[in-house]
Amino acid sequence: MLAFLTQRLLQVIPTLVLVSMLIFGLQQLLPGDPALIMAGEERDPKVLEEIRQQYRLNEPIPVQYVYWMKGVLSGNLGESMRLKSSVASLVAEKLPVTLQLAGMAILVALGIGIPAGIISAVKKDTAWDYGANLFALWGISTPNFWLGILLIFLFSVTLGWLPASGYVSLAENWRSSLATTIMPAFVLGNAIAAILMRHTRSAMMQAMAADYVRTARAKGLYERRVVLKHALRNAMTPVITLGALEFGTLLSGAVLTEQIFTIPGFGKLIVDSVFNRDYAVVQGVVLVTATTYIMLNLLADIAYVLVNPRLRA
Amino acid sequence: MNISLRLIAFSFALYVALTGSAAWAQSHLRIGLAEDPDVLDPTLARTYVGRIVFASICDKLFDIDEKLNVVPQLALGHETSADGKAVTIRLRPGVKFHDGEPFNAEAAKYSLERHLNMKGSFRMPEIAAIDTIEVVDPLAIKLHLKAPFSPLLAQLTDRAGMMVSPKAAEAAGDKFGLKPVCAGPYKFVERVQQDRIVVEKFADYWNRDQVFIDKITYLPIVDATVRLANLKSGGLDLIERVLATDIKAVRDTPKLKLISAIELGYFGITMNLANGPKADNPLGKDARVRRALELSIDRDALNQVVFNGEFVPGNQWINPTNYYYQQTFPIPKRDVAKAKALLKEAGVTGPVALDFMVPNGPENRAVAEVVQSMAAEAGFDLKIRVTEFATSLKEAEDGNFQLFLIGWSGRSDPDGNSFVFQTCNAPQNNGKYCDKEVDAAHAEARAKSDPAERKKAYETVARKFLADGSVLYLYHRRVLVAVSDKIEGYRQMPDGLVRVVGVKLK
Amino acid sequence: MTAATLPAITPGEAHEENPWARAWRRLRRRKGAMVGLAVVSLFVLVALLAPWVAPYDPVATSWSAVRKAPSWAHWLGTDEVGRDVLSRVIWGARASLSAGLVSVGIALGVGVPLGLLAGYAGRWIDAILSRIVDAMLAIPFLILAIALAAFLGPSLSNAMIAIGVTATPIFVRLTRGQTLAAKVEDYVEAARAVGNPHWRIALRHVLPNIVPPLLVQASLAIAGAIIAEAALSFLGLGQQPPSPSWGSMLNSAQRFIAQAPWMAFWPGFAIFAAVLSFNLLGDGLRDALDPRHR
Repeated sequence: MLAFLTQRLLQVIPTLVLVSMLIFGLQQLLPGDPALIMAGEERDPKVLEEIRQQYRLNEPIPVQYVYWMKGVLSGNLGESMRLKSSVASLVAEKLPVTLQLAGMAILVALGIGIPAGIISAVKKDTAWDYGANLFALWGISTPNFWLGILLIFLFSVTLGWLPASGYVSLAENWRSSLATTIMPAFVLGNAIAAILMRHTRSAMMQAMAADYVRTARAKGLYERRVVLKHALRNAMTPVITLGALEFGTLLSGAVLTEQIFTIPGFGKLIVDSVFNRDYAVVQGVVLVTATTYIMLNLLADIAYVLVNPRLRA
Repeated sequence: MNISLRLIAFSFALYVALTGSAAWAQSHLRIGLAEDPDVLDPTLARTYVGRIVFASICDKLFDIDEKLNVVPQLALGHETSADGKAVTIRLRPGVKFHDGEPFNAEAAKYSLERHLNMKGSFRMPEIAAIDTIEVVDPLAIKLHLKAPFSPLLAQLTDRAGMMVSPKAAEAAGDKFGLKPVCAGPYKFVERVQQDRIVVEKFADYWNRDQVFIDKITYLPIVDATVRLANLKSGGLDLIERVLATDIKAVRDTPKLKLISAIELGYFGITMNLANGPKADNPLGKDARVRRALELSIDRDALNQVVFNGEFVPGNQWINPTNYYYQQTFPIPKRDVAKAKALLKEAGVTGPVALDFMVPNGPENRAVAEVVQSMAAEAGFDLKIRVTEFATSLKEAEDGNFQLFLIGWSGRSDPDGNSFVFQTCNAPQNNGKYCDKEVDAAHAEARAKSDPAERKKAYETVARKFLADGSVLYLYHRRVLVAVSDKIEGYRQMPDGLVRVVGVKLK
Repeated sequence: MTAATLPAITPGEAHEENPWARAWRRLRRRKGAMVGLAVVSLFVLVALLAPWVAPYDPVATSWSAVRKAPSWAHWLGTDEVGRDVLSRVIWGARASLSAGLVSVGIALGVGVPLGLLAGYAGRWIDAILSRIVDAMLAIPFLILAIALAAFLGPSLSNAMIAIGVTATPIFVRLTRGQTLAAKVEDYVEAARAVGNPHWRIALRHVLPNIVPPLLVQASLAIAGAIIAEAALSFLGLGQQPPSPSWGSMLNSAQRFIAQAPWMAFWPGFAIFAAVLSFNLLGDGLRDALDPRHR
């Protein structure tokens, strides 16, 4: 076990270094001059030069990379050119928002995907199967930015039940908080529901065909109890690990949804910073989310191995 | 038991009365912005939307009225010397900054010098004409200019005239924007990036009798459809930059009101005349081809199709209602036959293929498609290249374009809409137009302060630039602000800012 | 039953059913997959025959027919500059479908060989490739795609390349996993024993056997790629105006959802139908090709 853990941890470090180089390199590839963007309409060459000096934009790329990494390793993720606040404070501000949204999206996904997968597996090839399939699949088939706009139009403008955009934190007012996050959580969770449904379904079908289930059936146990107790328990392992991975993806992937619903999370921050060429923010935030994603992956692997000792070999 | 019941009832009533009256007393205005503002430091800020927030927290030396006249705000009046090189400004007495510091000549001098000298200051090029600032007495300063510069006062009605508390600015340095301390009707409370900016009433404001709302929250919502949806559902009280195509929807909604003014700026196509190898094309080389392009466009139809006729067609850098608009050069009507004739005269055979760079945005794309379609009839083949805004600025600088669809937010003085685009080697002159006569006319307009004389100087500019210049002016947008019927007393100035003094919430 | 009534077995008839024929037979039984296949084929056909099927020129503007509701002249209505929505949806199928197919083609073309290499060669080649794949997967897909598309320049083909590159890591990982599992199979050992060079084993023996899961993943990836193209076009980084693509049509339609909902509904529905069909097809293929399912 320890050897496995050490081996995996050793793999994480070069991956993180590669991530940092990749995201740094991508930023530099982007056409456009950040000083010019910052200046916007006020493009006096003297001021532009001052900005470039201040943010070391004139130095060669490897030098800029080293400066950045040195800062990261000593805890300084850099400063936003546009907003002048530190990247770390931006991350601290957005993290609870993104966590809440991701958490609710996973709940939605579990709530739709698992029942749909169970029904689809148990009632295979019947109308229930196709219905459950369709229900879970439509989420992954609709562009989420599109679904978002339609939902806003229906629930905010026409019915007036939910606010069209914005975000209220749980600490402030749990009712408003739920109201502002339920639509984006639904849009995000919808897509993941399909993936969870597929895996629940295949895991269930596998488990249901397994020997111990046939034995239980032969013993005469009530069908549904057999299914739910034995098959489901075994089917949950891959589903749970997958859920953890999707949570990691959600941390930074809700880019367009956050844009439409104006949820001030990581996704919106990253996209806006890419379009504004605010390098430090993109690099810092992507590094944080990538690290979290990789750590979650690692935890999922460990959990998987713990549950299934046969995989340790 | 009776006593305890009555006690409970009484305390309940008291509770309701207190919280109820507290709720009544706290009026809260929620404003929807089209973007998230950048740093809230008047010296370092550069976004249009930032100015909307500044309108409530940072007062300026002067302000403008609907007719674009300079009116007093933190300053009471101004006097320009006969040679135009010294401007004396009298300041308003009894004004305090949000941190209690007094506003006086020293503070005014500090603020202006900060705008001039701070590293990375975007205001420096705007008031670069100022050489030194002299404190004449505690309530008056004298600006000594390097050369006469009549647009200076107009600059002082914008960010360059915003006054900051010397104590707070000294202490915070370039981090001042994280917690700005100025002298406006509202003071800064908090900001959650990309989420909201909260300000509350400043009790010691010099004009406090006209301030009726206790708290304002600015909420950036980028998507215009969502912004309007918020207003309709009651989540917001006021939104800026309503889409022209949503005007009818707002007018049809009984509890919403639309308030508009013609903007100070313009929207047009910048043409590459001499910026790099891409300028080597029939359009860049021959003014007749440029006129042909202009004649192929029907500005009225463009306005009708894309904006439901709500915007204002134009052909100069100021809109047709502006004093400085040259009546002798009216908007040309579409004339495809003449366009074709001009092309023939210029020796062009076959369609003129041109790279048409269009910054991404739904209205931009629609305008580009309409222009492309109209120009095709006269023999132009415009290849639309939708570009990310950030990239487009760099491409324009580098000359990597032949046509560039771009607007300008506008300044109250006509110089602000023209000098940096039309003079040789000016920073925003991406088309690299250069004409000594135009430069001389601009210099004259800057030196003279009598509007009639300035207008005469600008006539020379118009005569030359409209004939062979590097910008094809198409239309002027409207400042479109929609408010809920809870709002009373809101007036819209052409600069697009949301002024909250005098506004009441029902 | 006597021996006389049993059907005689003619020598030569006793052969294994071709695995592809078996897969097809099983696929036929899954109704969802059949529907998916039918719709996908319909879209492909419509896209190929666009010049003959579309009633109008998709870029022909008409000032008098701006944002007209569906009518006999324009079955799906017109858009903000007077173009026929039906024609644009039909022509847009070309852009969106080719975006799906080409990007996945790129991902397969680059990802499968790399995955084979990583899985088969092992050791440090595997270590390096796996770390690169992990790093790419740790960065949000859309961010990577946006950055690449912005770097390459906005156009439909560049969007396809960007999506293809960002989808490659998944195929590398999948191929690698399958190759690792196949490496220990008997037929590989047998091929080695006979003296086959490694590259031959990889191409002739391993690759054909791992095609099924790749096929499944490919059809699911096409679905994802179509949505990714829509997202990129929505952000202005994909298909350039006036050429239509379903994503850029949604971009223009967004402002008019209250006044002209047909502008938004039909391209959105087209995306939904196409993506759903690819998903159904992929699921069906997985069931049909998986030896564990009946």
